[in-house]
Amino acid sequence: MRELALHILDIAENSIAASASLVEIEVATDEKVLTITVTDNGKGMDEEMQKRVAEPWATTRKTRNIGLGLPFWKLAAEMAGGAFSIRSKLGEGTRVKASFLVDCVDRAPMGDLAATIAALMAAENTDFVLRYSRKGEGFVFDTRELKAAGIDVTRPAAIKLIRDMIRENIIITDGGTVL
Amino acid sequence: MKTIADIMAIKEKMQREIILRDNLSENETRLVVGMATCGISAGARAVFNALVDEIAVRNLKGVKVTRSGCLGMCKLEPIVEVYVPGQEKITYIRVDAEKAKKIIASHIVNGNVVEEYMITNE
Repeated sequence: MRELALHILDIAENSIAASASLVEIEVATDEKVLTITVTDNGKGMDEEMQKRVAEPWATTRKTRNIGLGLPFWKLAAEMAGGAFSIRSKLGEGTRVKASFLVDCVDRAPMGDLAATIAALMAAENTDFVLRYSRKGEGFVFDTRELKAAGIDVTRPAAIKLIRDMIRENIIITDGGTVL
Repeated sequence: MKTIADIMAIKEKMQREIILRDNLSENETRLVVGMATCGISAGARAVFNALVDEIAVRNLKGVKVTRSGCLGMCKLEPIVEVYVPGQEKITYIRVDAEKAKKIIASHIVNGNVVEEYMITNE
């Protein structure tokens, strides 16, 4: 995976699979460090699974006995001079945090974060919050607000509209420089 | 910065498309994109977004794009399953953004299954 945003999609898909009703994605950048945190209120996992989860042979999928999502994510962070951590509590949820040195040559580009959020929004039983900030500027996007306003965020027309809005806000936040 | 209020303003203009859950769900055509690690790394996100764009641009009613986990055929990803009410499920494999547009135009709009993209008994 060549984009951080694709990893974010992959990690958030785990949250959906863990029956989370809310997934919060925080992308925060200061002068030196980019931190991406995915927090869910899904079913969580026990300590034994937490220890093994960043290894390729740990998976809950039934179609194969290999799971590469978290190992790839850990590798992407460590390659870029950052760190990876996972905290989870059975029945309460999981938080996956990865950090990256912004200027490290081995840091993957952010990629299309708006397209990632769009792909997640189609999950009918999960709400998403995106907190995007760069050097103190930023925005918050919350599907619960849209739903409260009567918008069905699983309809293609709505997904397209919201994706384009998020894309525009990211460009404004980043001031035209690519993260 | 665009806000929820902007979305609301647009919503008023295109009420028909973004309204509350309509009563279509039982008669709805669904396109399901495999969105596990295998699908994502093969390009499922681009396929999902291309399907959404094509449906939105063509203003198609009663058509939804959704996602699923690993379908167990990782090497054939990106995979799109098409459920048209009253018809058998059709599975398309190794889909990309261009193929996604053709699936909408041919299969969803005109009712002609795109046989060349379909899964075969390999």
